[in-house]
Amino acid sequence: MRETTWNGEQPQNGRASRGYLEAKGFWAWAYTLDHKRIGVMYLYTTLFFFLAGGVFALLIRIKLMFPGQHLFTNQTYNVLFTMHGALMIFLFVIPAIPSGLGNFFIPLHIGARDVAFPRINLMSYWVFVAGIVVILFSLVRPMDTGWTFYTPYSARTAADVTTLSFGIFLIGMSSILTGLNFLVTIHKLRAPGMTWHRMPLFIWSMYATSIIQVLATPVVGITFLLLAMERVLGVGFFDPAKGGDPILFQHFFWFYSHPVVYVMILPAMGIISEIVPAFSRKPIFGYKAIAYSSLAIAVFGFFVWGHHMFVTGMSGTAAILFSLLTYSVAIPTAIKVFNWIATMYRGSITFESPMLYALTFIFLFVIGGLTGMYLGALGADIHVHDTYFIVAHFHYTMVGGTVMGLLAGLHYWFPKMTGRMLSEKMGRPAWLLIFIGFNVTFFTQFILGFEGMPRRYAEYPAQYQALNILSTVGSWILATGILIMFANFVRGLFRGALAPPNPWKALSLEWETGSPPPTENFEEIPTVADWPYGYAGRQT
Amino acid sequence: MKEHDSGIRTYIVVWGALVVLTVVTVAVSYVHLGMLNVVVALLVASVKASLVALFFMHLRYENRLVWGFALTPLFFLVLIVVGTLSDTLFR
Ligand code: HEM
Ligand SMILES: [Cu+2]
Repeated sequence: MRETTWNGEQPQNGRASRGYLEAKGFWAWAYTLDHKRIGVMYLYTTLFFFLAGGVFALLIRIKLMFPGQHLFTNQTYNVLFTMHGALMIFLFVIPAIPSGLGNFFIPLHIGARDVAFPRINLMSYWVFVAGIVVILFSLVRPMDTGWTFYTPYSARTAADVTTLSFGIFLIGMSSILTGLNFLVTIHKLRAPGMTWHRMPLFIWSMYATSIIQVLATPVVGITFLLLAMERVLGVGFFDPAKGGDPILFQHFFWFYSHPVVYVMILPAMGIISEIVPAFSRKPIFGYKAIAYSSLAIAVFGFFVWGHHMFVTGMSGTAAILFSLLTYSVAIPTAIKVFNWIATMYRGSITFESPMLYALTFIFLFVIGGLTGMYLGALGADIHVHDTYFIVAHFHYTMVGGTVMGLLAGLHYWFPKMTGRMLSEKMGRPAWLLIFIGFNVTFFTQFILGFEGMPRRYAEYPAQYQALNILSTVGSWILATGILIMFANFVRGLFRGALAPPNPWKALSLEWETGSPPPTENFEEIPTVADWPYGYAGRQT
Repeated sequence: MKEHDSGIRTYIVVWGALVVLTVVTVAVSYVHLGMLNVVVALLVASVKASLVALFFMHLRYENRLVWGFALTPLFFLVLIVVGTLSDTLFR
């Protein structure tokens, strides 16, 4: 059996090396150029919005326990699901892994001392914060359009669409800066000997992610500018009453927002590609297939945006074209799943929390991806479009996929980031509750959607109540699991056992330096002679 | 990066060309050419953008990798236009 390190000694006198965490005080963080500190700030910020968005979600679920109007007005309901979606997507799911874990681990993974442009990195964080402040201002007349901002309603509503979209514009700018930084970092700062085919797969997936961030985000930024011009100056881009085309907005919006689902999922896939071989003690199966499928996903992802618009008045020709193309993205996705499974085949697998979350990712993401194929089929989509089936689909991909990948990464890298171990005793029950709670909450929604319950309505026919109650109970189980998990994080931060440099006996470069790493990452820049997946069974 | 041999004179010549092209755009907008108006305006704009990229942004003096990064977005520009036309032309 592998050494278990989490029941090791407690810190003797609290004087262990604090690495990059040594300097204290507000300015030591606010002005830092250290990618690790910037990553940590991003993690705190995004996880805060995970919790805030979660509170909105719980309120929505409580409301939906009863079919009629109760608890709050239908308008409040519209605001709640809009803020839930917008906060979760723009302030949590998109930035959490790239800007948080990516910032922290890309330089460590490639053997660099920092990212290529540390100042731009810091700037991207503060632009992100500026975006948050603007978004908070928009709450004076809170948005009620859904996170998708569809015109013509968004061009006309009295809610403060302009401010919110300006906030998201800033968030997008921060995202572009981060992506640009990572691209240059990966091209220019790899340690001597680290050829492209010796890079960890997390780096490949972050490279692909950055390409999407840089290419797609400007489109949504400009789209929001056009929307603002329409609202403020009355230029008729999208409002048919002014000669505009409301479906044009959807083209622009989804040209960004479909590729961006791969900004969410690719980094998570990268984390899974690190964890699966390390906890199976086997070399990753199909390294090149996984690496290049990341690039393929990034490129194909740009060809399929029309699948969100099958029912909104797009031409039949375009619908057939986009349906066909949608099937092409499934191929590189499936390639990855098969390769992870082949990696585990006959491995000596252990089930510490990072691996539990990684396996959960694979299980849930397969459900999310396969239901995506139903939705890509024209006929099937007409039946389930804008029902709870869609809600279930994207929660299986974004929560079952991205969030599980993030949690896998947080549990895997917590010892590296903080120098402390998490408790497996708390970690496993938390995982179990999250797993059960998630499925109870969202699997029911597949059924509800298939039975025809539309999304985004505050009220519904009484026939759907039983499953809605079940889904709400599921959300409480899920929330309990998440709370225990956060309690484990907090406990780990203050009382966790001191972490050795390499608690999981993993082979990538971040494990060769201290836990936590020193400010300059490596005392000496390592020279790389091999890929990081040369696991040879389990050593005792 | 190679020497930027040209110096300030190139910049002034390019700037002059940009000004002339701006005048062309404005002038053409007063002539009624139907659909051709749009075509001419887009052509002139493309030439101007290329001049800025080549000289002011130094693309002319850059290596293949930078050219690759500079040209890739054009492909996606074509993609969004063609994809959207596949809807609007066939409605
Ligand atoms: C195998 C890959 C996938 C396919 C084929 C696919 C397909 C689809 C289709 C056709 C729709 C539109 C359904 C409708 O509105 O009628 C949709 C919606 C959605 N998908 Fe996926 N999907 C895939 C993966 C993902 C991933 C990885 C994510 C995110 C991480 C994601 C997030 C979403 C979201 C957020 C929506 C709903 C947007 C909205 O209307 O609010 N999908 N998907
Ligand atoms: Cu999509």
